[in-house]
Amino acid sequence: MSEINKIRSILSKVTDPEVPVLTIADLGIIRDVIVNDEKIEVIITPTYSGCPAMDMISINIKLALAEHGYKNVTVKNILSPAWTTDWMSEEGKQKLKAYGIAPPNTKQAVCTPDSFQEEETVQCPQCSSFNTQLVSRFGSTACKALYQCNDCKEPFDYFKCH
Amino acid sequence: MKQSPNSQCLIPYILFLADSTLILSHRNSEWCGHGPILEQDIALTNIALDLLGQSRNFYQYAAELINEQQNLQDVKVPPSEGFREASEDSLAYLRNERDFKNLLLVELPNGDWGQTILKQFYFSTYQLYLFQQLQNHSNQQLAAIAAKAIKEVMYHIRWSSEWVIRLGDGTEESNERMTNAVEALKDYTNEMFIAADYEVEMAIDLKLIQQQWTEKVKTVFEEATLSLPEKVFNQTGGKRGIHTEHLGYILAEMQHLQRAYPNAEW
Repeated sequence: MSEINKIRSILSKVTDPEVPVLTIADLGIIRDVIVNDEKIEVIITPTYSGCPAMDMISINIKLALAEHGYKNVTVKNILSPAWTTDWMSEEGKQKLKAYGIAPPNTKQAVCTPDSFQEEETVQCPQCSSFNTQLVSRFGSTACKALYQCNDCKEPFDYFKCH
Repeated sequence: MKQSPNSQCLIPYILFLADSTLILSHRNSEWCGHGPILEQDIALTNIALDLLGQSRNFYQYAAELINEQQNLQDVKVPPSEGFREASEDSLAYLRNERDFKNLLLVELPNGDWGQTILKQFYFSTYQLYLFQQLQNHSNQQLAAIAAKAIKEVMYHIRWSSEWVIRLGDGTEESNERMTNAVEALKDYTNEMFIAADYEVEMAIDLKLIQQQWTEKVKTVFEEATLSLPEKVFNQTGGKRGIHTEHLGYILAEMQHLQRAYPNAEW
């Protein structure tokens, strides 16, 4: 295995501290890995500007690589191109659903300012019903909204399209 | 192609953007634990967090530019005690009231829930149309921060405009409170569209933003059965560091810890 692939496979096991079923690879936030002799630069992009998990993720990346003997690691944050939930892997979406969080819909018209009153159809992660309602646009973290299923009555988080 | 603005204008402009988002974030965070219901308490604190993140991006960029410059005249770098160079923290915690360039609108006290959400709606709508221009700006880092933030702003507008409509077109009392909120904030909106000296060089079309902003507010107000204010007086000064009495109290609370215990971390 080449050096870069080895590093990427280590990185693919680093999880998101707030949604621990997702790895940072599932989230699609690893933009690049650059190896220069002993120096490794990991380039990531934040999900939200104010996501408090980003600092933790940087530390966890360094820890995971240190465990495999990589000492000279810098983690760089770049903003552009801006992260979108469309970069989340299919596998990641399945893991979210199994965890009880409705995965993000693909980016669509509701994300534009003019359609601000249109509602998204969000599928219940428990019973798969589409008969659900929005409770609050913001849930336990900025990336999630709060929904409730009208059929099985379960409240659930929805990972917003972004 | 727009010319890249020089740093004499760029740095104060970035600080204006950073300060405005930081101060509104701080105001919103005052609602933490006091929201009308838990879900909305969480919503507003999430918005505060988004704004804080945006301000960090702006401060980090401003600090980078300040450190690159050797002899900066118009930006006071905070005292070196504790901080050897400018950083996001030194810019937020060690500058004085007269150095802050935030809009007066965002430093006003929260008032009731209606006034808080109206202020958020006004500011988010302004941010949307401003960032639409900034994301295509010749300065790539500003463009990147704007492109990132605009997606968050979209959710803030959705949330706040829904509340404006719900309360405006709600009960007699909620309508009265929204009408009072419109009255309380009316003199503080035009500052967004009046360029400060350093803003002129940024080549942002403020006339266009004002037009789009007014159109959007009008649409939402119509549905909310609210009227646009007729006579307004333009309160300005924030962009130049001339503030209302309220900013000093915010800074006293926000900066106390870093001033009393320089470099404290937890």
